[in-house]
Amino acid sequence: MATTENPPNLRESYLFDRTVIAEIQRAAREGIYDIRGFGAKRRLPHFDDLLFLGASISRYPLEGYRERCDTDVTLGTRFAKKPLVLKIPVTIAGMSFGALSAPAKEALGRGASEVGTSTTTGDGGMTPEEREHSRILVYQLLPSRYGMNADDLRKADAIEVVVGQGAKPGGGGMLLGHKISDRVAAMRDLPKGIDQRSACRHPDWTGPDDLEIKIGELREITDWEKPVFVKIGATRTYYDVQLAVKAGADVIVLDGMQGGTAATQDVFIEHVGIPTLPAVRIAADALQELGMHRQVQLIVSGGIRTGADVAKALALGADAVSIGTAALIAMGDNAPELDEEYRKIGSAAGYYDDWQAGRDPAGISTQEDELAARFDPVLGGRKIANYLRVLTLEAQTLARACGKSHVHNLEPEDLVALTVEAAAMARVPLAGTNWIPGVDNP
Amino acid sequence: MAEAATETAVEVVDLASTRLRELNQRLHDLSGGAPGPRRWRVLNPNGAHAVACGLDADVEVEIEGHVGYYCAGMNKLATVRVHGNAGPGLAENLSSGTVVVDGNASQSAAATARGGLVVIRGDAAARCGISMKGVDIVVRGSVGHLSGFMAQTGRLVVCGDAGEALGDSVYEARLYVRGEVASLGADCVEKELGDEHRTELGELLLQAGIDDVDPGDFHRYGSARQLYNFHVDHAGEY
Repeated sequence: MATTENPPNLRESYLFDRTVIAEIQRAAREGIYDIRGFGAKRRLPHFDDLLFLGASISRYPLEGYRERCDTDVTLGTRFAKKPLVLKIPVTIAGMSFGALSAPAKEALGRGASEVGTSTTTGDGGMTPEEREHSRILVYQLLPSRYGMNADDLRKADAIEVVVGQGAKPGGGGMLLGHKISDRVAAMRDLPKGIDQRSACRHPDWTGPDDLEIKIGELREITDWEKPVFVKIGATRTYYDVQLAVKAGADVIVLDGMQGGTAATQDVFIEHVGIPTLPAVRIAADALQELGMHRQVQLIVSGGIRTGADVAKALALGADAVSIGTAALIAMGDNAPELDEEYRKIGSAAGYYDDWQAGRDPAGISTQEDELAARFDPVLGGRKIANYLRVLTLEAQTLARACGKSHVHNLEPEDLVALTVEAAAMARVPLAGTNWIPGVDNP
Repeated sequence: MAEAATETAVEVVDLASTRLRELNQRLHDLSGGAPGPRRWRVLNPNGAHAVACGLDADVEVEIEGHVGYYCAGMNKLATVRVHGNAGPGLAENLSSGTVVVDGNASQSAAATARGGLVVIRGDAAARCGISMKGVDIVVRGSVGHLSGFMAQTGRLVVCGDAGEALGDSVYEARLYVRGEVASLGADCVEKELGDEHRTELGELLLQAGIDDVDPGDFHRYGSARQLYNFHVDHAGEY
């Protein structure tokens, strides 16, 4: 087999590396921007840049296998008659039937329900399978209102008004025609096979004053029973959080720029929004300034992969986190055993991001019956449950090490940063110093 | 007999002395065929938002005055008549039933509505029928700009004029305008008005209680279907 390694005298440009060159060539060939799934792939300041300060002489830890470290969280305590009570602080983010296959949506519901947490619909409405297998289901109200109706609204356990998402704050959506099956088309009241555009603005409200009235309408329709979430992509986070609180949100869902998407322009994914790390701290500060921290719950998403990410997000002020990309990976997306099939469609295991294309050999991001049939929703649900348990156990491990009897007792004081950037963004000291860039230190 | 009498009597609710929450809750309590008054009269709405929204019962609600945002939003089965003007988002996401406004309606009337009939006897402002998904809308007067924007299915009938960018990015909805159209939006074109269209126009006008307008006077507009699948050569059209 011929080697593909290049001789050392060939120097690759940092500016024009092979990925950049390939994209320029693709753009020249196809004349259209690159649309893909997944989230931001560039290196960004993230929770990896933080470390916990475990207990020592000045703090004492909790015994790992003997002393309790609770993980429950209640969402929607501000106005809703029926808040959501979750056993773990990790929820499943909104992902549409259309972007995902019906068995994949079912698996998300099964897994979340097994461990006592919630899952969320997406742009396209609620499927019966999803409702049946999701003990706690959040119903998204998006600008397109695809699949939105009062019957399903009343079946939901909470309502999430989607203003934006981290992968494309300020952008609408597009489900490409080859994923528009008969069923997806019927649910969205559109012809089969056409590109389905989702608007970037809601059709019947604009701005925070209107949003307040809209939330009031949703509460009236559902007799003030259901929590109303407001989801925002992380950009002008301080103002957005305060305006959402002013508009009457029970819960803020904040999606950093690492948040995944089923189909968005690559340029949008990589160049709009702010990372999850600074966003969570800004949001918590905004809530604290209003005296609403823990009164209005904060769910953070965008790049949550491990229990360490969960624990760090909670320490910075979140009440819970959401996972999307990681959930798909847990179910089998990018699985090594599918590498050969990924290569047949121009990708490879570990790199696959063409969730918009509908040719997913794992049967997750597809509407082709043959591919979807490969995916076992029972097994997929089990994998989701396993993964959620691991995230929770890891977060508990770190919380106990910091002496916390509830994961919500983690706090910024438990953290230090490895980089100046992370210290400034998370507003915790650079490790080994008492320096927080941008903050007047004593 | 007592129950029958209850169902034929008109229940009067004065919003000057009764909270909106109580009105909507009592109307919601009639869902699923539950016993109770089927005819309601609402006094002094004074521009309140979300009046008679989320109904799921075959009831008639007469509202004596102006309403704010989202009157009759997400309703099913019910008939709601507004004897005044309506604010933004009238009958948004309506599933079925009828909503009639004697006066004018503000922007985004019948936005994303999925079924039923919305009649506006005055004018409707911008974005009337935006993203409509099956509703029939009849406007006795004129509609503002971007009406029928991304309209998916259903029918919009305008007896007066239409503002700029009518039917921008329209899908399969049918748009009928009797008067002038300031301009058509992207991918919206005029289409032939055939006998089947005159027939359905006549039926819609009749349902709306309009008998002094000739269906033959209308022009029909709909999608050219050139933007249904993205092509770079059409990038300037978006």
